[in-house]
Amino acid sequence: MGIQEFTYLLQGLAWTLFLTAIGFAGGIFFGLVVALMRVSPSAWLRVPAICWIGLFQGTPLLMQLFVAYFGLPLIGFDLPAWGAVSVALTAHASAFLGEIWRGAIQAVPKGQSEAAQALGLHGVSRMFDVVLPQAFKLSLPATVGFLVQLLKGTSLAAIVGFIELARAGTIVSNQIYRPLLVFGVVGAMYFAMCWPLSLWGRTLERRMAAGQAK
Amino acid sequence: MTLDFSVVTDAWQSLLFGTLGTLFLAFSGMIIAMVIGIAGVVILRMQMWLPSLLVTAFVEVVRNTPFLVQIFFVFFALPLAGIRLNPTMTAVIALGVNGGAYAIEIIRGGVESIPKGQTEAGLALGLHKHEVFRLIVLTPALRAIYPSLSSQFILLTLTTAICTSISAYELTSVGQRIEAETFRSFEVYFTLTGIYLVISLVTMWCLAAIGRWAFSYPQR
Repeated sequence: MGIQEFTYLLQGLAWTLFLTAIGFAGGIFFGLVVALMRVSPSAWLRVPAICWIGLFQGTPLLMQLFVAYFGLPLIGFDLPAWGAVSVALTAHASAFLGEIWRGAIQAVPKGQSEAAQALGLHGVSRMFDVVLPQAFKLSLPATVGFLVQLLKGTSLAAIVGFIELARAGTIVSNQIYRPLLVFGVVGAMYFAMCWPLSLWGRTLERRMAAGQAK
Repeated sequence: MTLDFSVVTDAWQSLLFGTLGTLFLAFSGMIIAMVIGIAGVVILRMQMWLPSLLVTAFVEVVRNTPFLVQIFFVFFALPLAGIRLNPTMTAVIALGVNGGAYAIEIIRGGVESIPKGQTEAGLALGLHKHEVFRLIVLTPALRAIYPSLSSQFILLTLTTAICTSISAYELTSVGQRIEAETFRSFEVYFTLTGIYLVISLVTMWCLAAIGRWAFSYPQR
């Protein structure tokens, strides 16, 4: 594998990071919406959020990518491939992050929001100033874990034809007929991105467990 | 733009067989995963540094690389190792290896949740080391980890869709064949998504029922 092929893989890697960043950023925003709807006392908000989460957790990410890729043009959105993939990844991330944060919000002791209510804080302030900051801290290990999932998940964009790291690997492998070497290198690149995140997530988890034991 | 789902309904038989293919991949993958998972934990508990290091490295590498890259690697590595298998069996192995790494983590967590006093009590009662592991550690640990294993099984079932990339026989590759013949991409993938949703909901329900039945003996 020459320097040219390696540079090609690095370009794919840049797209992988780009897709992950878009999916995660979009997922944070819409995931917060999903989480807030999911813990809402009104069934009109809660039930759609439950269905949204169930839909994305109960179907393969690959199908979600395919449906977005072929479905968005049908309803009049002519997006480039990366746009359709980003929409699918964002929706996927919003469901998973929404469920993670739902758990975190419900894990914040009820006394906290009751105390805030007793102090006369209104609903929005109670959620955003009291509950969410604590929930955010609780959810951090799981959120980092999902970031790793998402980074790995972007590889499925390869099957839709988008040239990110995994697809770049397939192309290079077809050119130089050394599949094991190429997929070894591609795997090592993914590992180099994911492993530090996984280790960080585990450190956070251990620190939190130690904090709770006190 | 009009949608035409007749191409999908006409192909219901192939879709049914594709669904069975998906279930076959998921079940056989999970069986291999459980074997790898239990073997890995047994090795970890021997507490010898080199085998433990290898198992830990295996878990970390599999958990931190995408399944798509893993399945390509297995697909090209097996023939070099002199093992010639059809794509479907290759997919089963890749799924088993992938699921195995997650199973090791889950089972290890369950085994570690058994207080050390219980194993010591078992040994004091004169049980053999293996009996202690099987009766006192493994069985209660299985109950503790059953929920995580169930969701891992659902995840593995959803992961089987990726096996289409090496044209293993399962639902997605059947769908891609229908798509190639009819060019009705959206209809095909929309339907497949629905079928996968039904598969995971039914599986989830069955696993919960099995859990209630198998682990209903009293806690204490």
